[in-house]
Amino acid sequence: MNRFTYLADVVTLELAPEKCVGCGLCAIVCPHAVLQMNGSRAAIIRRDDCMECGACAMNCPTGAIAVDAGVGCAAGIINAALGRTGADCCCVIEPRTNGDSQSPEKSKGIGCC
Amino acid sequence: MHYTVAPGLYALGTPDETSPVFVTANYKLSFDKLRSALPGRDAWILVLDTKGINVWCAAGKGSFGTQELVRRVAASRLDALVSHRNLILPQLGAPGTAAHAVKKQSGFSVVYGPVRAEDLPAFMDAGMKATPQMRIKDFSIGERAVLIPMELIPSMKWGVILLTATLLIGSFGNPVHGVFAMLMMLFGIMAGAVLTPLLLPWLPGRALSVKAATAGLVASGMLLVSQPVFQTGAVPFAAPLGLLIMATALSAFIGMNFTGATTYTSLSGVRKEMKWAVPVIIGAGVIGLALWIGALAVM
Ligand code: SF4
Ligand code: SF4
Repeated sequence: MNRFTYLADVVTLELAPEKCVGCGLCAIVCPHAVLQMNGSRAAIIRRDDCMECGACAMNCPTGAIAVDAGVGCAAGIINAALGRTGADCCCVIEPRTNGDSQSPEKSKGIGCC
Repeated sequence: MHYTVAPGLYALGTPDETSPVFVTANYKLSFDKLRSALPGRDAWILVLDTKGINVWCAAGKGSFGTQELVRRVAASRLDALVSHRNLILPQLGAPGTAAHAVKKQSGFSVVYGPVRAEDLPAFMDAGMKATPQMRIKDFSIGERAVLIPMELIPSMKWGVILLTATLLIGSFGNPVHGVFAMLMMLFGIMAGAVLTPLLLPWLPGRALSVKAATAGLVASGMLLVSQPVFQTGAVPFAAPLGLLIMATALSAFIGMNFTGATTYTSLSGVRKEMKWAVPVIIGAGVIGLALWIGALAVM
């Protein structure tokens, strides 16, 4: 009951198997077990579980993975659409109480930082 | 109050040149979690400057990243301090760090540890091997409960205005109706900010706004049927119906915003959800308001 799948058929994750050298790192870093080693090559096995965090693409030594990484956050999209700057989203799994004096948006620290 | 730790190298216990090196963010909670996960062990802790932001969030922004890590390794003269060439990073630091680039630029190999610090002892004892379970970022009821204030507090500002407005407008009908209208809105807010995070796995649908709309509809619907006055026909039915639609839309909107706090929603997915959810929520809000105001005018 602690694992969730978001909308179907929407993520931008792409894997080019011919570039894969089988290092296995993408399968290690993925926090949702989207990628798995299939013999000596990586494979996408749970595509809809991908949250587009970008960890796999960042760590692939051969550039075999591409994904439009970003934080899936409605408030961030609304703020961007309204032209507000400095209010991009942040995952708030731990309470963010730290204020950053250079940026007034950040010092609010709650929800989006 | 300080929630940051000074970046740099720290010793846990009495580490020597063979002791492992753990990397973390300079958010105090991240640092403390790491420390308390390794009782009685000797290790080096390398704290990166993430401006006081936790590892995952900072990795997404890039401040927990290759550049900062390489710089910190050099600045702390780690190569002279330890005989091995391994850095143990939290797995959730991976969106910001490229292991191959770190290796190339610093000579150190990145080993991704488990998602949760508390799995570190088991990970170390297994020879730096994680079980599949250690690699999964789940979203437990405890984690979801912690987020409730973060959903509620931002809604408070406009919530108070909204509640006051519905109380006043509803009181044109009669004061009892004003209180009822305000409670309906309060139920909508609570359904979106409290029930949705808690009941997340059990609410139907995948879109957060759909889950929250269901919670809002059921919560405010229950309040509505508990009011016998609406069965007497003394109040035009459009009034409670309009309020029910408004409360549902309100909950859906707050629930949609919960996407920013979950551990699994993708940016592409949120964009897709918002494309239809935002017009539907606004439309429902307008229709609900029109029904309610219309009924009040008749009352
Ligand atoms: S982007 Fe993140 S969630 Fe998606 S496959 Fe890559 S590592 Fe996994
Ligand atoms: S990180 Fe790249 S090269 Fe390594 S297994 Fe994954 S796709 Fe293949």
